[in-house]
Amino acid sequence: MTDKSLDDRALHFSGVASRLRRLDASILLWLALIAVLAFLVLNPILRLIISSLQETDTGHFTFANYRVAYGNIRHLQALVNSLELGIGVALLATLFAVPIAWAISRTDMPGKAFVRLMVFAAFVTPPYLGAIGWILLAGPNSGWLNKVWMALTGAEHGIFNIYSMTGLILVVAVTSFPYTFVFTSSALDLVSSEMEDAANILGARTLRTTLRITLPLVTPAIIGGIIISFLEAIALFGAPALIALPARFNVVSTQLWQFFEYPVRVEEAAAYAMPLLAITVLMFWLQRSLLGRKGYTSVTGKGGERRMIALGPWRWVMLGYALFVCALSVFLPMVVLLQAAFAKAWGRGFSLDNLTFHNFYYLLVEQTQAKQTILNTFVYSAVTAFAAISLTLAIAYVVSRKLVPWSNVLAFLCVAPFVVPGIVLAIGFYAAYASPPLALYGTATILILGFTTRFLPIAYTSSAAGLRSINPEMEEAVRILGGGRLLAIRKVLIPLLKKSLAGAWILVFIPATRELSAAIFLVGPNTRVISVMLFDLSEEGNFEVLSALGVILLIATVAIAAIGSKMIGRDFMLRRD
Amino acid sequence: MSRLKLSGVSKRYGDFFAVDTIDLELQSGEFVSLLGPSGCGKTTTLRMIAGFVDPTAGIIEMDGQVLSSPAGSVPPDRRQMSMIFQSYAIWPNMTVQQNVAFGLELRRMPNAEVKRRVGEMLEVVHMNHLADRYPAELSGGQQQRVALARAIVIRPSVLLLDEPLSNLDATLREEMRFEIRRLHDEFRVTTVYVTHDQAEAMVTSDRIAVMNHGRIDQVDHPRALYNKPKTRFVAGFIGRTNFIEGTSDGHEISFDGFALPRSAFGRDVPSQGKAVFSVRPHSMRLSDVPPTARDGCTSVAVIVLERAFLGEHWDYVVKPREGALTLKVTTSPLDDFPIGAPAWLEFEPRQMASIA
Repeated sequence: MTDKSLDDRALHFSGVASRLRRLDASILLWLALIAVLAFLVLNPILRLIISSLQETDTGHFTFANYRVAYGNIRHLQALVNSLELGIGVALLATLFAVPIAWAISRTDMPGKAFVRLMVFAAFVTPPYLGAIGWILLAGPNSGWLNKVWMALTGAEHGIFNIYSMTGLILVVAVTSFPYTFVFTSSALDLVSSEMEDAANILGARTLRTTLRITLPLVTPAIIGGIIISFLEAIALFGAPALIALPARFNVVSTQLWQFFEYPVRVEEAAAYAMPLLAITVLMFWLQRSLLGRKGYTSVTGKGGERRMIALGPWRWVMLGYALFVCALSVFLPMVVLLQAAFAKAWGRGFSLDNLTFHNFYYLLVEQTQAKQTILNTFVYSAVTAFAAISLTLAIAYVVSRKLVPWSNVLAFLCVAPFVVPGIVLAIGFYAAYASPPLALYGTATILILGFTTRFLPIAYTSSAAGLRSINPEMEEAVRILGGGRLLAIRKVLIPLLKKSLAGAWILVFIPATRELSAAIFLVGPNTRVISVMLFDLSEEGNFEVLSALGVILLIATVAIAAIGSKMIGRDFMLRRD
Repeated sequence: MSRLKLSGVSKRYGDFFAVDTIDLELQSGEFVSLLGPSGCGKTTTLRMIAGFVDPTAGIIEMDGQVLSSPAGSVPPDRRQMSMIFQSYAIWPNMTVQQNVAFGLELRRMPNAEVKRRVGEMLEVVHMNHLADRYPAELSGGQQQRVALARAIVIRPSVLLLDEPLSNLDATLREEMRFEIRRLHDEFRVTTVYVTHDQAEAMVTSDRIAVMNHGRIDQVDHPRALYNKPKTRFVAGFIGRTNFIEGTSDGHEISFDGFALPRSAFGRDVPSQGKAVFSVRPHSMRLSDVPPTARDGCTSVAVIVLERAFLGEHWDYVVKPREGALTLKVTTSPLDDFPIGAPAWLEFEPRQMASIA
């Protein structure tokens, strides 16, 4: 019944020799993967630390960089400003996010789907576009809100000034509150209504139950959200550069950028970046240990039954609040951005004779550099997404099938860039690869490598999640019927993973198209990307063309996100793994 | 020569023996079940036979050639076996037809031949009308049939089944038991079947290997396993039973409250000292008048302690007048004995298994 020759062939594969061969192959594979990861992740971070301790010209060991970086009161003030910004944003974002998350997850507030969509919109809006919207809204005197105020009251001056710490906190908070929202609502979704019923039956009413039972149950998730929005705020470059610089104050990220103005002082920048790196690592560790505590957040595994709390007339109050937050984060900035994009001069207001398509024509046709920039952005992002997904899929496969020893090291290196702020990573890349022997400065390669590293954690999480969803028996069924591992991967694994790989690709592609903080240090004259161009346009004060470019970026994003959610399911970007 | 032979096979994870020095031989065309509670090592054993797991000691041979040894193993794709997985592992990206054809195509069979064999095989499992469906459009039982077809169509040297029915509902499970046995009778593929369900093992198997804590306690035909369990574990795992302990003085074996003549038992019962017996609840007879003495049977006066009517039978708990021993007895639905009533319990020593 069996094929005799196959059995004989099989025999040649038994014995010690084959075992050694297999072990050899797996070690080679491991070495190859670890080499790639060392190049992408380890070396830039090590070089960052090393160069912070080196003299610029000689490379001798020194602490001088730290003395320069911290020996200046303005530099220290920037550190304090960053802390103030982070704390302010974290608190304001919580104030925005938690009530909305509660209303959506646990009450009968109307319009939930719409509010969710708007939170999603806030999530995909790059913070620097939000900042530009808010400059148009609340620039001193000329901003729309100020004009409305002056028209209503007859006052001489507007009352809003976006060029202030308060303004900056508001702008960053309205774009980063979705993080806290996602954390809180997914925790709330797990709290069984029985928890609340138990309090109700003992005589507690809705408000008391919510404050004493429901919210305390999800406190770790809320704190997790606070930590994330704090870290997001201190690592941000775009919005602070657009708002803090004209307001004549610095935060850490803008200060770091100034170290890169001529003459470039990488070593001092590296030294100055250390607190940012240290705080981020520390906070992520804190967040992990908070959310990792069992039996608190993930209250009941099955989630139990959830009934929506009837709010009565209060549900309209909740909806009003949710719409207010959406207005701050999406409606208002988007309306003025759109107006400016289609205006000859944005200050002339909403009238037909002010309407023009010239801004788009200028970007897409007239200005060759702009065309190149737009093309660069999408090509680099596509290549980045492809590279990151391929690499992390290979690693996730090797890790999940335990094909090599010490596979956890590979997994760790993949997610390590998560705790490195983009701006710090970019400085590390600059220190490691800008100068000879590789001399990659100003090339597309260094941008793509930097982006790939930056988004490695997202790519790895998605790849690993995709692989986990596929029963290994699917592959084993191929093996036992006589197919090799590669055949199993080609015929079964990849076809089954198609969807989740497409999703992962989009999850990397979209943030790559708007990445500014890593790009700003790595672009050269021929490798500019949209985010950098936006930034330059804002320095020129050319808000009409800038808005048009922002609209192009947003349309591309929305289109791709729409395709993604059609293919992979709604809200795929707001999922938390 | 036996088709498949496991000699002293062990699998150790650290200090823990998942499989502990097992020996098992299958003749060509034989259907053997590995039966045991979860964690007993049966699936690990199966995966070692398949080649997904390497043993840490011992060897696995097929037709006299070594497949697995601690020094190295033939990879699963070169063993000419096939396997049915707990999840079925039907590839959702391929149709029923493509799933079943996969193994044949790997064997470089001409297309026409592949088509013919797939068609025949689907006919056998009553799935030919669904050949172009995708797995997501099939019910659990239908997926199960595809898995069977896919595994059998290549005429494997050994067919391995890993709890294949555990994801089906009770009725379907019962139906598929007979289906699996029918396919085995038709194709006579040497088969190793892993299950924790004794009924499944007894319906399908020629022999059953009962596993416990990584060891094989007993390998036997289903009837022998039931009637002559060798260990307490086997007796308790397969069917319900009473364990009673007696002491033999060479002439009589005395239990708590009654005694049975030594001569009524077989030679495997020690003539001196302690002996433990497994007595099935329905191998004893309960009656309200002293039964006429039958050859080799002994009656003991008992009292009914508890009872439950289960429709198809009565479950009684009785106790000999003297002594504290309690015994579970199963009787026909017509045998109605009120609680507290005196009755007579008839033992048949031939049906009492002496266990180690």
